[in-house]
Amino acid sequence: MIPSDPKQVKQICFDRINIPDVNTLAVAREHGAYEFLPTVLKTFEPAKIVDEMKASGLRGRGGAGFPTGLKWSFVPRNTGKPTYLLCNADEGEPGTFKDRDIMRFDPHLLIEGMIMAGFALNVHDAYIYIRGEFLHEASVMNEAIREAYAANLLGENILGSNYSMHLTVHRGAGAYICGEETALIESLEGKPGRPRFKPPFPAVEGFYRCPTVVNNVETLATVPAILKHGGAWHAAIGVPNNTGCKIFSVSGHVNKPGNYEVPMGTSLRMLIEDYCGGLQHGSVPKVIIPGGSSTPWLTAEHYDTPLTYDGMTKAGSMLGSGAIIVMDETADVVAVTRRLAHFYAHESCGQCTPCREGTGWLERIMIRVEDGQGCDEDLHVLKEASTHMAGRTICALADGAAAPILSMLKHFPEEVRARALGKAA
Amino acid sequence: MSAAVSASSHRFSEARLAEIAELVKRYPGVQSALMPVLYMAQEDFGYLSMDVQQHVADVLGLRLMQVREVVTFYTMFREKPCGTFLLEVCTNAGCMLNGANELVAHMCQSLGIKVGQTTPDGMFTVTEVECAGACGGAPVVQVNNVYHEKVTPESMDALITHMRASGGAK
Repeated sequence: MIPSDPKQVKQICFDRINIPDVNTLAVAREHGAYEFLPTVLKTFEPAKIVDEMKASGLRGRGGAGFPTGLKWSFVPRNTGKPTYLLCNADEGEPGTFKDRDIMRFDPHLLIEGMIMAGFALNVHDAYIYIRGEFLHEASVMNEAIREAYAANLLGENILGSNYSMHLTVHRGAGAYICGEETALIESLEGKPGRPRFKPPFPAVEGFYRCPTVVNNVETLATVPAILKHGGAWHAAIGVPNNTGCKIFSVSGHVNKPGNYEVPMGTSLRMLIEDYCGGLQHGSVPKVIIPGGSSTPWLTAEHYDTPLTYDGMTKAGSMLGSGAIIVMDETADVVAVTRRLAHFYAHESCGQCTPCREGTGWLERIMIRVEDGQGCDEDLHVLKEASTHMAGRTICALADGAAAPILSMLKHFPEEVRARALGKAA
Repeated sequence: MSAAVSASSHRFSEARLAEIAELVKRYPGVQSALMPVLYMAQEDFGYLSMDVQQHVADVLGLRLMQVREVVTFYTMFREKPCGTFLLEVCTNAGCMLNGANELVAHMCQSLGIKVGQTTPDGMFTVTEVECAGACGGAPVVQVNNVYHEKVTPESMDALITHMRASGGAK
């Protein structure tokens, strides 16, 4: 269901976000934090929680959009090994800045979601892997965790139940690749973040080769509302197969950049014009990168695309993490692409040849193109190399590196060629 | 500060060692404590010299190579000293579209250094970094890991003046 005015829909992750001091336990509790937790711990069967999550239709908010309940159901029971819950708070995809707001403003929402998820999955040790740059957010989380321990919301026998869970914040140190879940696991094991070959998937063999669930911050922050109101309640928001609300991080050439939580299915145009105050220049965008820098670009013809996983796929891109980078008519698409090529070359972990070598090629060629020192062969190699990198590596970083290049070539062939040959106006 | 500390003092204090012993208990394996311990070392000793890396390896019972692999993989671990104020400017897409390149050029000109360099007085280091995850506040500059958002050349000049006046007291 998408009402004509999406602003009427109650927000899920941002429900308490504007309440002063809601990062403290006392204020968070005044506004409902942990209110439903005793009911969950005392009356819910773990299997029933997984069923509610499946019924909710919630899809992972980190980028891949995999159904959360289904992911949880893959965890084998009674293996004799511990099961771990890892919260992915690495938030490194260029354009994405939503998890930061959940953590710095409403940390108890994430903690509550993790306790509930941990209870459902029989987890006793959980970790929040937060990107190293988020020092402030890590300290807010740590203070909230300290308060939660003191109130017996974490630790042994939570709220007098039989359930115990410990929660630790672990800082990354500036490596984009650690947002990929198996790289995150490697990193949490104290190693370079090089993605693992799959299978086995983390649900079966993850952290220290034990069953592991890795969920994004926003995903886990949605769990308390789903358990309180029921999976069917969540499934009724948004559109089928794309349920609930989603936080969109909008940046670039808009008048009011920021995070906006809206029901899934709201149109791109409505988000940009009604929420973000429209474009800085002109009336239609030149480029919209809808799901973070690794997703294929959309242009003005896609301005009315609904913000759903399916809608974005149909338009030829991906919803990703909901990071929308908007470029108006003033944007230098070649310069932006060159900058993104640098990013992927810098962040390639180096273990797969197509990515390690390919990202460097792409950057070097893009520098020539930007400087007007290129040739037609360069444009050909850009396309060939990008095409051959994507899908031929352990993780999707190479696909992400290819996306902006291929998008630039597809949507702006004349502009790019003129620039490469030094004929730009 | 780091340059003044002699090599022999690159040893964790007893309090730090106790903290590390507690930290290790939070993980199924000791190697998981490596990154947090490297952060402690960087805080205590300024940067991660080879001597410090060897000490971290010894404290955790790891091989030096295991420490080296991690130090060199992650950009936030520094093997060289930097200025009292580390100014990290995001120049990725969101910030670039909102003037980050012009901001970096202005900062470098004001301070008389190039990207990656430190002012001769050891006060400021300017670097370009990848997406800081705060694109709604573009352009973003981190000053010793504190985020400053919607920074303009003017507001940056004021901040630099303020930092200089504080005489290097972080």
